[in-house]
Amino acid sequence: MISDGVVEDEEKWLSAGIAGLQQNAFYMHRALDSNNLKDALKYSAQMLSELRTSRLSPHKYYELYMRAFDELRKLEIFFKEEATRGCSIVELYELVQHAGNILPRLYLLCTAGSVYIKSKEAPAKDVLKDLVEMCRGIQHPLRGLFLRSYLSQVSRDKLPDIGSEYEGDADTVIDAVEFVLQNFTEMNKLWVRMQHQGPAREKDKRGKERGELRDLVGKNLHVLSQIEGVDLEMYKEIVLPRVLEQTVNCKDELAQYYLMDCIIQVFPDEYHLQTLETLLNACPQLQASVDVKTVLSRLMERLSNYAASGPEVLHEFFQVEAFAKLNSAISKVIEAQENMPIAGVVTLYASLLTFTLQVHPDRLDYVDQILGACVMKLSGREKLDDSKATKQIVALLSAPLEKYKDIDTALKLSNYPRIMECLNDGSHKEMANVIVQNIMKNKTCISTAEKVDALFELIKGLIRDLDGDSHDELDEDFIEEQNSVARLIQMLHSDDPDEMLKVIQTVRKHILTGGRKRLPYTVPPLIFSSLQLVRRLERQDESVSGDEAPTTPKKIFQLVTQTIEALASIPVPELALGLYLQCAEAANDCDLEPVAYEFFTQAYILYEEEITDSKTQVTSIHLIIGTLQRMHIFGVENRDALTHKATGYSAKLLKKPDQCRAVYACSHLFWLDDHDSIRDGERVLLCLKRALRIANAVQQMTNATRGSSGSALLFIEILNKYLYFYEKGVSQITVESIHDLSKLIKNEMHGGSSPSDPAADAFLASTLRYIQFQKDKGGAVGDKYMLITN
Amino acid sequence: MNFIVGAFKPACHISVAFSDGKNRKQIPIKKDNGQATTVPLFHSQDNITGTIIVEPVSGKKVEHNGIKVELLGQIEMYFNKGNFYDFTSLVRELDVPGEIYERKTFQFEFSTVEMPYETYNGVNVRLRYVLKVTISRGYGGSITHFQDFVVWNYTPPPSINNSIKMEVGIEDCLHIEFEYNKSKYHLKDVIIGKIYFLLVRIKIKNMDLEIRRRESTGSGSNTHVETETLAKFELMDGAPVRGESIPIRLFLSPYELTPTCRNINNKFSVKYYLNLVLVDEEDRRYFKQQEITIYRIGETS
Repeated sequence: MISDGVVEDEEKWLSAGIAGLQQNAFYMHRALDSNNLKDALKYSAQMLSELRTSRLSPHKYYELYMRAFDELRKLEIFFKEEATRGCSIVELYELVQHAGNILPRLYLLCTAGSVYIKSKEAPAKDVLKDLVEMCRGIQHPLRGLFLRSYLSQVSRDKLPDIGSEYEGDADTVIDAVEFVLQNFTEMNKLWVRMQHQGPAREKDKRGKERGELRDLVGKNLHVLSQIEGVDLEMYKEIVLPRVLEQTVNCKDELAQYYLMDCIIQVFPDEYHLQTLETLLNACPQLQASVDVKTVLSRLMERLSNYAASGPEVLHEFFQVEAFAKLNSAISKVIEAQENMPIAGVVTLYASLLTFTLQVHPDRLDYVDQILGACVMKLSGREKLDDSKATKQIVALLSAPLEKYKDIDTALKLSNYPRIMECLNDGSHKEMANVIVQNIMKNKTCISTAEKVDALFELIKGLIRDLDGDSHDELDEDFIEEQNSVARLIQMLHSDDPDEMLKVIQTVRKHILTGGRKRLPYTVPPLIFSSLQLVRRLERQDESVSGDEAPTTPKKIFQLVTQTIEALASIPVPELALGLYLQCAEAANDCDLEPVAYEFFTQAYILYEEEITDSKTQVTSIHLIIGTLQRMHIFGVENRDALTHKATGYSAKLLKKPDQCRAVYACSHLFWLDDHDSIRDGERVLLCLKRALRIANAVQQMTNATRGSSGSALLFIEILNKYLYFYEKGVSQITVESIHDLSKLIKNEMHGGSSPSDPAADAFLASTLRYIQFQKDKGGAVGDKYMLITN
Repeated sequence: MNFIVGAFKPACHISVAFSDGKNRKQIPIKKDNGQATTVPLFHSQDNITGTIIVEPVSGKKVEHNGIKVELLGQIEMYFNKGNFYDFTSLVRELDVPGEIYERKTFQFEFSTVEMPYETYNGVNVRLRYVLKVTISRGYGGSITHFQDFVVWNYTPPPSINNSIKMEVGIEDCLHIEFEYNKSKYHLKDVIIGKIYFLLVRIKIKNMDLEIRRRESTGSGSNTHVETETLAKFELMDGAPVRGESIPIRLFLSPYELTPTCRNINNKFSVKYYLNLVLVDEEDRRYFKQQEITIYRIGETS
């Protein structure tokens, strides 16, 4: 409420100030119109007296100032005209100094001074020097800042710069520089002083107000950067040392930070590069509370961009040993600012790293050196929990990855893993993720076991729980991460099978530590990777094989078996079952019957002991049947044993329709086109008949429970199997049996008691269409179909 | 007095004209009745010559016991009004007793008149030069006419003109060092200087430089001292810190100053002081006064 009052009062004061200003401006205009210099001076001084107020905040004061500024432009034009009318400009310059109040006097003096310089009746440097000296009379920070800002404004285009019309004899640019530097110095002093005047409780408010004024001070640096005559030499010898001297000596946090940033932003990159040492030496001298890290980061960012602008500038960097200087400056700053948060330290190193990667992409030792320095700083502490710091570390570690697009390089950096050690679990994981993503993005291929080992050590956050904090919920992120790891495993490849085996062994070693949560994600890719190797060996034929070869399919299968067994501890039997079957198939391709048999046995055991859910049973049994059908290496006995079991399982499914479908699927186990040894029509028929029986049973059950017969879908499916085998030439499948079946289906469908089932209708229709199609096609098959009547 | 005489319709009209009056510089003065007019400027050792015209009101004759003109240098104290002290008095007889019927012109001349003091109009005292024409009559009183003129005396620039430099302060509170470039200034001079802050422990609001005139009249126990501030010139706005140096540049021309004069005929003195005043935020004033000498130099030099 108090502050409300202040704001209200301020508004009131501002409008009163504006009113006073306008009134006097009006009289001033009248005097200007009638060429009355004396009155013009009198009223302009009165007008400017409004600026003497102490009641306005910088923001409001600025508003008032701008109005006065506009009026002074008119006065300046009048002064110019007066000069052309024969009024001596020197006299005018004296006349304005008769004003009794200093603030109006100095505004008028600056205005007259501007005209004075323009008239060239005196060297610009003398007038400027006088003006900047006289302005010392305003010691009030706010009023002084605005006055000097006015001086800077009116003198900007009148500096005796090289090539300027105000350039006097030789070396006048130094006068221009001196002038701006002096004005800058004084303004900065005033600005800093502002912080220390007034009651302590308004300190924050003052800090804020000063923030609003900073550009008035910074403008001077901008002017300096615009002076043509400020070449590298002058910048190095005069401008920078003076600006830095002021910056360092003012001992003000806000000013130091702002000015350093200003220096970095307004002057050209090559100047920074050539004066790097001077600039950097100032950093440790700044107040401890100054955010030096941001300053340095910005500098390095600028230099990095500069380096990126073209290869031709790079030699400049080498010439001045930019890296060494920056590196030592950073260590000094860190040393000097004991309380710098670790996040700041890391930020600094991250910026330096970015810089190094840009400028010295070939100097991996520099990169490692930076990381090493970072490790030094981080070690001996608790693991970092500061989110800012960890974020910065992630950025630090990501930079080389992004630059080299190659994890190989990172793996070469000895300090890289040591920094990762410092991360807390969460960010460690995050970083690991970044690494994995990077590999994926760049399709980096990691081909030696050694590197794989290093890599997995690096990303261990993803591979295993780092400390006992295993929480059981499987959130999306976790799944995402594990999928990434799975993809990563797929990316590991070596053309040398022996090495590849080592890779696989290494991966296995790591992922087995992953715990029950991760294994379902990580084991499958490993298995597939292994099986891929097996197939590769197989393709390479046996020319090099022999028992001495270190890598044999057998060996791999042993490894794989052990790996899958690891899944046993987790209730994911269907996954393990699938993997066993995959292995069996691979073994089949390698002609390793015992191995394949063993895999099947394992799969069956799992089916029997672990898979209890009826739905899973259905999918699993179909998987088994499908795989088994493709196996051709089994001898009769083994095959019988397996098929027998499979049909057995099928008949024991819980739901009748499932039973039916599994049983008719089993029929395929007895008839393989490519293998004469497996053509047992009898048993095919047996299976199909059994399926029919079950289908009948289903109908009866439906009748019994619902009062109507169920769909004929199962029958139609069986009919399709009949047709399939008929077509294959299974002699036991006769035309009659097909006829019987189709009659049965028609009865079922038109029996009246059954509800119509569009799916069944459509299926039947397409089945009939198929028969017709085969008939029309003619040939041997067509002839066969001709026997079937509808 | 002229006014009162005029009201009674004097029998004749008197006017004074200086022979080189057209070439003389005219100086504005304020007459006793408050009207502004301009009068010619003379310097010491000048010849004061001219003509006096006596013109009787038409058709009347003026009978007199003689006509004379006096050149008077007078000091008048206001607390003793009407009581003039003439420090210079020269007389020229213009006419022997007789009668004037018509306009009559008389020449007069005072050569190389010693006029050591400058015309001065102060608070309690004035110093003036006047030509007094008197037509003495036996009855009806004498007819007098006054013609003022101004005297300025130029001084050559002083051969010794040291700067004023001084360190002053209040212990542990405020220490400043100030410097004025000279101790003697002419009327159109500029005071250049600076104030250097050696120690600042008070919150200063602003700093002014004042020009003060100290006029003392009378002597002994009858001395009256009157001090006027003729100029108040702001030098600094805001609170400086240690090490700040504030420039001074004060042009004297806008102010109505007169030369310093000491002990004029044992009657009065006029002295000038520069008063440096610092005002703190509680409006307490801290000041230091320094005497300066003001002198007049020739226009051209």
